[in-house]
Amino acid sequence: MTPTIVLPLMVGGLYAAGVYLLLDRSLTRVLLGFLLLGNATNLLLLSAGGPAGLAPILGYSDAEEINDPLPQALILTAIVITFGVAAFVLAIIHRSWRLVREEVVGTDEEDRRVAARRAPDADELDPDDLAPDDRIAGHADSLAGDAEELADDVDLPAGSSR
Amino acid sequence: MTEVLAPLPVLLPLLGAAGALLVSGHPAFQRSLSTVVLVAVLAVSVALLLTADAEGASSVSVGGWPVPLGIVLVVDRLSALMLVVASTVALGVLVFAVGQGSADGDEGTPVSIFHPTFLVLVAGVSNAFLAGDLFNLYVGFEILLMASYVLLTLGGTAARIRGGITYVVVSLTSSLLFLAAIGLVYAATGTVNMAQLGVRLGELPEGTQVLLQSMLLIAFGIKAAVFPLSAWLPDSYPTAPAPVTAVFAGLLTKVGVYAIIRTQTLLFPGGALDDLLMWAALATMLIGILGAVAQSDLRRMLSFTLVSHIGYMVFGIALGTAAGLAGAVFYVAHHIAIQTTLFLVAGLVERQGGTTSVHRLGGLARRSPLLAVLFFVPAMNLAGIPPLSGFIGKLGLLQAGVAEGSVLAFALVGGGVVTSLLTLLAVARVWTRAFWRPPSQSPADDTAAAAAMDAGAGRTGAGGGDGEGSPDGRPRTALQDAWRRHTAVATASEPDLPPAAGAVRALRPLPRTMVGATVALVALTVALTGLAGPLYGLADRAATDLVDRTPYLTSVFGTGEIR
Repeated sequence: MTPTIVLPLMVGGLYAAGVYLLLDRSLTRVLLGFLLLGNATNLLLLSAGGPAGLAPILGYSDAEEINDPLPQALILTAIVITFGVAAFVLAIIHRSWRLVREEVVGTDEEDRRVAARRAPDADELDPDDLAPDDRIAGHADSLAGDAEELADDVDLPAGSSR
Repeated sequence: MTEVLAPLPVLLPLLGAAGALLVSGHPAFQRSLSTVVLVAVLAVSVALLLTADAEGASSVSVGGWPVPLGIVLVVDRLSALMLVVASTVALGVLVFAVGQGSADGDEGTPVSIFHPTFLVLVAGVSNAFLAGDLFNLYVGFEILLMASYVLLTLGGTAARIRGGITYVVVSLTSSLLFLAAIGLVYAATGTVNMAQLGVRLGELPEGTQVLLQSMLLIAFGIKAAVFPLSAWLPDSYPTAPAPVTAVFAGLLTKVGVYAIIRTQTLLFPGGALDDLLMWAALATMLIGILGAVAQSDLRRMLSFTLVSHIGYMVFGIALGTAAGLAGAVFYVAHHIAIQTTLFLVAGLVERQGGTTSVHRLGGLARRSPLLAVLFFVPAMNLAGIPPLSGFIGKLGLLQAGVAEGSVLAFALVGGGVVTSLLTLLAVARVWTRAFWRPPSQSPADDTAAAAAMDAGAGRTGAGGGDGEGSPDGRPRTALQDAWRRHTAVATASEPDLPPAAGAVRALRPLPRTMVGATVALVALTVALTGLAGPLYGLADRAATDLVDRTPYLTSVFGTGEIR
C-alpha cells in the first residue's frame, strides 16, 4: 500500500483554518470555522478507514479489495449532526441580529463586574448610599438595545430603563 | 428481561417526544403525556437497576447484529444507577416546569416546544449512560446537546442568546474533539466497541495510548466542566429558565463525569494520567469555590459550586482505587439530586423575591418559612454538614484519599476540606442575607427602588409605576400596605405612590405544583441520607465491577476470548 500525503495535508489545513475562524468574535465566522472543523474531522474519519478500495457491497466486489464501510457510516452520521447543528447556529445568528443588530459573542458583564470589583465587598455597603448605577449589575443588560422590550426577562439595574 | 427493558429508557422518551409534538395543540394532554413517559422511564430504570444489582451486568445487541458489528447497550450497576437518579430528577423538574407553566399562564404560547425537547434530552442522557460503543456515546451526547441548545435559548431573549452562544460554541468544540478522538481510536484499533477497546487499547504503544486518552479526557472534561475547561458553565447556565438550569446542572455535567469514569476504568485502566487528573481535581475544587464566594447572584453562585464539586468526583476517579471510585459514584448520585434541587429552590426564590441578586433579596424567611426550609436543608447538604448525604460522600472520598497515602492525595484531602468549608461560607452568606436580613434594609425590589428614584427626581403622582403596567387606582390590599411599610424609601418620599408592580409580583403565593415538586426533591435528598447505607453498598459493588472490568467484558462477549 502506498501512503497518501494529500489527506493528512487537507485535514491539517482545514483544522488550522477552522480553529482560526472559531476564535473570531463574529458568529458567522465561528459557524464557518465549525463547518471547516467538521469537514476536517470527517476526512480524518475517512483516512482512519485505511487505504481506498472497492465499494463494500457483497457479491459485487471481491472481499479482499473492499474499503472499510464503518468509517463511512460514521461520517454519514456526523454529517447529519453537523448539518442540524449548523442550522441551529444560523437561527441563533439570525435571532442575535434581530435583537441587538450584532452577531458577535457578547461580553459577560457580571464577570467583568466581579473582576473589576475592589474591596469592600458590595454586600457590605448600604445599597441606598450608592449611585444607582452601582447598585447591581444584572448581567447582559449591556446588550439591551431597547430596555423596555427586555425588562420582563432581564434584571436591569435600578433606573436604567429611563 | 434486560433485553426488552434496556432500550426503553431511550425509546420511550423519543416516542414520547414525537407524541408530545403531535398533541402540542392540547397543552394539558401534552403535560400528562410527558409526565407518564417519564414515570415509565423511571420504573424501567428501577427494574434495570434491581436486575443489574442482582444478576450483574448484561448487554443487548440492538437490531440483532452480533457484537462487535452492531450497536450494543450495556447495563451494569453504574449505568443503571445513573439512569435511576437521572430519571428521578428529570421527573421532578418536569413537574416543576408544568407548575411554572400553568402559573405563568402560557397555555397556547409556543412554549409547548419545551416538553418534546425535554424528552429528547432525557433520551440523550439515557443513551449516553447505556452506550456500549464509543460512537453511540457520541450520538447520545449529540442528542442531549442538541436538545440542550434549544432549551437554553428558549424564548430567545438577548441574555439567553448571549449565554447560549457561549454554550453552543464550547459544546461544538468538545464534540468535534470527541469525534476526532473516535476516528483516531478506530484507526489505531479497528473497533469502536468499548469492551473490545478495553482489550485492544492496552496492546498499543504507550505514546499512542496517552494521546488517545488525553483527547478523550479533554473532550469529556469540557462537558464535565473540569477546571481549565470550565469557564463556559457559569457564563451560560444562569440565564436559562429555572427548570432548565436545574436539569442541566444536575444531569449534563454528570454525563461527562460518567464518560470520564468509563474512560479511566474500562478503556485505559493503567492510570497513566491519574496525577494530572488529581491536579485538575484540586484546581477545579478550589478555583470553582473561590468563584462562588465572589458571586452575589444566587444562580451564578450555585453554578460555581457546581463546577467546584465536580472536583470531588474527579478526585475519586483519579485515585483509581475501588474505594475512590465508590466515593465518586456515590457523590455523583448525591450531587445530581442536590444541585437540581438547589436550582429549583433558586427558581422559587426568584418568584418570591423578584430577583436572584443577593443584594436585593431580604426577609424571605419571614415571608415564606417553607422556602427557607427548602433552601436550608439542601444548602447544608451541599456544604457537607453531618449527617446529610453530602457529608457521607465527602467522608468516603477523603477516606479513600487518605488510604491511598501519596502526598498529592493528601493535598487533595486538604483541598476537599477547604472547599467544603468555603461552600458553607458561600451558602451561609445567601442564607443570612436573602433570608434573614430585615427587608427594610434592602431596596428589596428594583421597581421599588426605581419608584423611589422617580420620586427623588421630582416626578410626583401616579406616574411612578413603571413599565410592568401596574394598574392605577386598584384598591390596595392589606398585603400591599404591609409591603409599603417595608419599602420605607418609597413611602417616605412619596406617600401616595401606587404600589409598585414588583411588590405585587413578589407577594404572589408560590404555585403549589412548583413547591410540591421542590419539596419532593428535597425529601429525596434527605432520603438519600437515610438510604446512604444501601446506596453506598451499591456504589461499592459498582466500583468493584469497574476496577475488575471482567463483568463488563463478559457481559458483552460472553466468557470466550476477546480479540
